[in-house]
Amino acid sequence: RRPRRAGVYIRVLSFALRAPVGVAPRWPCVGCARRSSVGRASGPAGLNFLSWKLCITTMRLVILDNYDLASEWAAKYICNRIIQFKPGQDRYFILGLPTGSTPLGCYKKLIEYHKNGDLSFKYVKTFNMDEYVGLPRNHPESYHSYMWNNFFKHIDIDPNNAHILDGNATDLQAECDAFEKKIKEAGGIDLFVGGIGPDGHIAFNEPGSSLVSRTRLKTLAMDTILANAKYFDGDLSKVPTMALTVGVGTVMDAREVMILITGAHKAFALYKAIEEGVNHMWTVSAFQQHPRTIFVCDEDATLELRVKTVKYFKDPPPIVQIEPKP
Amino acid sequence: MDIWAHHSPIQAPDQTRRRIRRLQLGLTMRGGQGAARALVLQFTNCRILRGGALLREDLWVRGGRILDPEKLFFEERRVADEQRDCGGCILAPGFIDVQINGGFGVDFSQATEDVGSGVALVARRILSHGVTSFCPTLVTSPPEVYHKAPEAASLPEAAGDFVIAPSLDVHSSNWFVVLPQIPVKSGGPHGAGVLGVHLEGPFISREKRGAHPEAHLRSFEASAFQDLLATYGSLDNVRIVTLAPELDRSHEVIQALTALGICVSLGHSVADLGAAEEAVRSGATFITHLFNAMLPFHHRDPGIVGLLTSDQLPPGRHIFYGMIADGMHTNPAALRIAYRAHPQGLVLVTDAVPALGLGNGRHTLGQQEVEVDGLTAYVAGTKTLSGSITPMDVCVRHFLQATGCSVEAALEAASLHPAQLLGLEKHKGTLDFGADADFVVLDDSLHVRATYISGELVWQAEETRQ
Repeated sequence: RRPRRAGVYIRVLSFALRAPVGVAPRWPCVGCARRSSVGRASGPAGLNFLSWKLCITTMRLVILDNYDLASEWAAKYICNRIIQFKPGQDRYFILGLPTGSTPLGCYKKLIEYHKNGDLSFKYVKTFNMDEYVGLPRNHPESYHSYMWNNFFKHIDIDPNNAHILDGNATDLQAECDAFEKKIKEAGGIDLFVGGIGPDGHIAFNEPGSSLVSRTRLKTLAMDTILANAKYFDGDLSKVPTMALTVGVGTVMDAREVMILITGAHKAFALYKAIEEGVNHMWTVSAFQQHPRTIFVCDEDATLELRVKTVKYFKDPPPIVQIEPKP
Repeated sequence: MDIWAHHSPIQAPDQTRRRIRRLQLGLTMRGGQGAARALVLQFTNCRILRGGALLREDLWVRGGRILDPEKLFFEERRVADEQRDCGGCILAPGFIDVQINGGFGVDFSQATEDVGSGVALVARRILSHGVTSFCPTLVTSPPEVYHKAPEAASLPEAAGDFVIAPSLDVHSSNWFVVLPQIPVKSGGPHGAGVLGVHLEGPFISREKRGAHPEAHLRSFEASAFQDLLATYGSLDNVRIVTLAPELDRSHEVIQALTALGICVSLGHSVADLGAAEEAVRSGATFITHLFNAMLPFHHRDPGIVGLLTSDQLPPGRHIFYGMIADGMHTNPAALRIAYRAHPQGLVLVTDAVPALGLGNGRHTLGQQEVEVDGLTAYVAGTKTLSGSITPMDVCVRHFLQATGCSVEAALEAASLHPAQLLGLEKHKGTLDFGADADFVVLDDSLHVRATYISGELVWQAEETRQ
């Protein structure tokens, strides 16, 4: 029998028990009077503000029915976090951003909220996770192009506040160190949004990466190169083999982390990330030790999880109200 | 900037160097050092024609050129200084008319004391048709229209601006000379840009002269290119020459003109397919108003029309052909046949006569009178069509409706294809980064709402002027 990760469940329960007496924790719906099960967020998403303040640690697994709902949940969460932060001239919200096919829906939703006038990125600084080495900045597959076409060109972010690693810098390590310095000067990352590879990697921290690594140059694993080939006309020789990436340690330093995992091809990686141990072969598992992590996924991504785990997070046990003793 | 890419790299003659310099002055005055500090304009809420498709993208303009916003964002770290909402309209490259004989009462071929202001008037009025660049066309005319006779009084040198010629006794042989008074000029609020003159004749076929006066037709069998030079005088302002390839020694002439960077067009001709193919191999790249003023298509000798599908052309090159898509000069079925046979080469032209934009009645074209009746213009007293009076945007709409082609194809036929014909596709006829910001704002039915040259609004429809 596999040993159970009791630690995870206790942390979740402790969240429930630490909720203030007499107040039913409204999770995840802020403003929604009835307690809805995780994943069926019908109102603005986000932690109950009060319980957020009291809660010290939480790992949450938010399971939505499909990709669109998962993207919407994640986008609403980011939107609410930014708004509740009340960013301003001297107070920027620092956001870490991913690339790839998974966050596209989330970006579309954020753009929609911006166009509706609900969300401004004027006082938001962004740091992207990674960038290919040797690919021209205006190449259609570079992450600069990705971020421009899928996000930056539709919003009102100041170009000086959008930071992406430069894969064509003359001194790559200096570029990485400068990136770390910029994050530090900005005051650290408030919310780092990430994805997961089929091999369980976060950013380009391939299996075998140190779990305390910092921003550096990495050689890509064959799995990743094969997965990327479809973006380069199926020609393996055109796929970049090296990339600059934030380290696992860099992301762990963020005050909050949200990992988006959708699709059946990520299911095994999700299983390894949360039901198995912390392991450098599945670098996302490091976030089991992060004080505040949310895994947002759709039904397909939970296919490799135990039914018990899924049921627990989708439909948590009833909260017991503790009456104060007279 | 090498806009004359097809030029021979060997030292070009003086005329060509002067032409290159003039065009460069005109077309590169935008850009340069001041451009980086110029205002960045962002046209939002629009669909732009780029890469053959209508994309839901914003159009960014700076210093009169189309700007790459991604580069601006990541390298210069700048945002737009001004945003303009286009109301969901289509933004297409400005139309280019390579065959227009005049309009609004102005006849380019008629020697007057002030040719310049006539050209300027037409240039300004065709902005409302979405035309941002054009080639004023001179039909077959007496030699005095092209260059001054040696005994005529000397005229002030055209220095790049239109000049008013001193008044001379019109009864003497000292006519006002037209050709030197139509220099290449950039477009702007004053009007559409002049890319160069289109000389249609006098080296054309007698049988297919159409409305051209027979008395002034010429040939170059005596001394080929020298004959041509003797007729036209200077070729400085010339961009396209239409001639009949069956004339003796035409190949030498075509080769010489092509070497100078002048586009040679076949038209007003009774050439068979073999002669036409030979002409294309010598350097001809255009057919003047396909089907009109040439032998009809025959299944054993397709004539000039056969160039559309000929396999005897130099590899990698294809022929461009002008079509007057006004519903009269070509039957819609013939238009469709040509389009389906060779869609990449179709160039929409107006072949507009001075009666364009005027009402019914009698008007002057070249050395002859024409009669306008509704949407048709005839040589006075005959039933010979005498050019069209259909504006370019109407031609585009008619072309779209008659062929059932896509909106993108119809717009490219009026912008990209003429630019490709003239070798200007990097700067005109396109909304790619770095191209001149000459574009037209169209609604979904392809009516012109506004015209921009170098990113500056030069014309606007009445109802949008609020």
